[in-house]
Amino acid sequence: METLGHLAQGFAVALTPINLMWCLVGVTVGTAIGVLPGIGPALTIALLLPLTYKVDATAAFILFAGIYYGAMYGGSTTSILINTPGESATIVTALEGNKMARRGRAGAALSTAAIGSFVAGTIGTIGLTLLAGPVVDFALRFGPAEYFSLMILSFVTVSAVLGSSALRGLTCLGVGIFLGLIGIDLQTGQARFTFGLPELLDGINVIVVAVGLFAVGETLYLAAHKKQDGGEVIEVKDSIWMSTQDWARSWKAWIRGALIGFPIGAMPAGGAEVPTFLSYFMEKKLSKYPEEFGHGAIEGVAGPEAANNASAAGVLVPMLALGLPTSATAAIMLSAFQSYGINPGPMLLQSQGDLVWALIASLYIGNVMLLVLNLPLVGLWVKMLKIPEPLLYGGILVFATIGTYGISRSVIDLLLLYVMGVLGFFMRRFDFPAAPVIIGMILGPLAEQEFRRAMTISNGDLMIFIEKPLSLTLLMLAVFALVGPALWRRLRRA
Amino acid sequence: MSGKPAWDDVTLGLCLVAFAAIVGWQTSLIPLNAIYAKVGPTVIPWIVTAMLGGLGVALTVQGLRGGWAHEQEHGAFDWPSLGWLVAGLAANVALIDIAGFILASTLLFTFTARSFGSRRPIRDAGVGFLLALVAYIGFDRVLGYKIGEGLIERFI
Repeated sequence: METLGHLAQGFAVALTPINLMWCLVGVTVGTAIGVLPGIGPALTIALLLPLTYKVDATAAFILFAGIYYGAMYGGSTTSILINTPGESATIVTALEGNKMARRGRAGAALSTAAIGSFVAGTIGTIGLTLLAGPVVDFALRFGPAEYFSLMILSFVTVSAVLGSSALRGLTCLGVGIFLGLIGIDLQTGQARFTFGLPELLDGINVIVVAVGLFAVGETLYLAAHKKQDGGEVIEVKDSIWMSTQDWARSWKAWIRGALIGFPIGAMPAGGAEVPTFLSYFMEKKLSKYPEEFGHGAIEGVAGPEAANNASAAGVLVPMLALGLPTSATAAIMLSAFQSYGINPGPMLLQSQGDLVWALIASLYIGNVMLLVLNLPLVGLWVKMLKIPEPLLYGGILVFATIGTYGISRSVIDLLLLYVMGVLGFFMRRFDFPAAPVIIGMILGPLAEQEFRRAMTISNGDLMIFIEKPLSLTLLMLAVFALVGPALWRRLRRA
Repeated sequence: MSGKPAWDDVTLGLCLVAFAAIVGWQTSLIPLNAIYAKVGPTVIPWIVTAMLGGLGVALTVQGLRGGWAHEQEHGAFDWPSLGWLVAGLAANVALIDIAGFILASTLLFTFTARSFGSRRPIRDAGVGFLLALVAYIGFDRVLGYKIGEGLIERFI
């Protein structure tokens, strides 16, 4: 009941005209960048981080949350109409949705994706509302040792388990932690890895890294590898209103997708791809029309889209309740908290309760706005897909300049941006994931802090991490997640 | 795993080993004597050094055993296209402090558009100029912050 009271207060804040405006701007920008290939929510929020100097925290987070949810909606439009999934979580949507569109059922596919996103986004937000308090209550019992072990578990799952290769994921994590260590060590005052550059004493800005990897790296990659297929946009010819049969086939898939997506997203491992694939295979198993799968089955769009959005809501649970980001976007939102001087973690809900509940309330509102924005106005977004590539990427690079040089007015930052771009280019070329870099960079220094606290408590005895049962459990889970898959493969071969 | 070394992947693994060596060298330069701390400033850096070094060796070995399966066929580089883009980035870095954000961005935009196959440099320069101009003014009005000074900026 207490939760409902908090939520009502959150709505009171989120429903003020100015905050509604921020929410509307957020979901509109979010949908736009979701639709446009080459730009994602992590990049956009990184570019908008300078707003945190000017706008109050509640408004900024309502904006960021709108972008975060909006990008999920917009991404599905692109996968359905041009079959180039903007992010890995919409691969499955592209699989069936694009087939539907090719059969002249683009409207129905867009519709089931948007309504499914709404249903699942709302279920996920309800889950977030109910779960945030209990998770915080549990986490308040954590000491530094437990926290450190939880972060290790998260490091392992985010980099080693979710990607295609543990080696490459961990490499990116290591590079990210290295980037996070650059600058003055807050506890001892020593400069680390500054290579004699005074500009690096304050550390590397996460904006530079995120924009470099995602915008510059991606642009370099696309310039060097001319596109394989034409990426033709399919016209929406049929009605965007689904038939009774479409509804009958969709609604169960939405609910199931949401129920798969939210818990997986809420785990400290995160990841939106796993639930979409799980949902896809589940729908294929349960469908009365399994033969349609691979040729445009509506359940194959409805389920994974719902799973995708519910897991996006789930990711906010560890982010808000534990200060633990499990996606690149969440990591950048966490750095926005830091730039307001707000410490993310279990105290957040108490110290910044108004902010967090307003943020959660704005997610409900944003979902409604997105449904309206995406269904009747889909024609508008389709037009955005027709922006010529040369202008699109030219614009992306100009905005990348603004986001970095514009704030610091330092050419060093611009050079660093391009160094990160070259790094991002080679990471794309050699199939290294970018998210662990961002997560390592944000979470690495926090993990070091918890490590030091724990060691101070234990008087320098490493056994503290093993003697505390909860800490030991988390570490064992991490070890298991690291060696488990390899061990399993070996056992099966034997 | 074909068993034939994939030299691209081997090179990348060796680069990572070299990078780990640099990280280790820089870690050894961090002074330790300043303030007493239970966990000094070099503990985590040494762990990162070891992690990157170990992973570099592992990736090199994986490369020698045939490399990792790339998710998609990347194909050969499109050098002219890449050249235009890199020229645009270089022009931006070289000019942004001298000529200012607006002119540097116009060049960056035009070169990038050329890199992505545009054959209309005058239109591209016009669009780029307008975009940079609007962004500059918008930044000034909304955030109260000028994106540097320059040849055109002084008239705004």
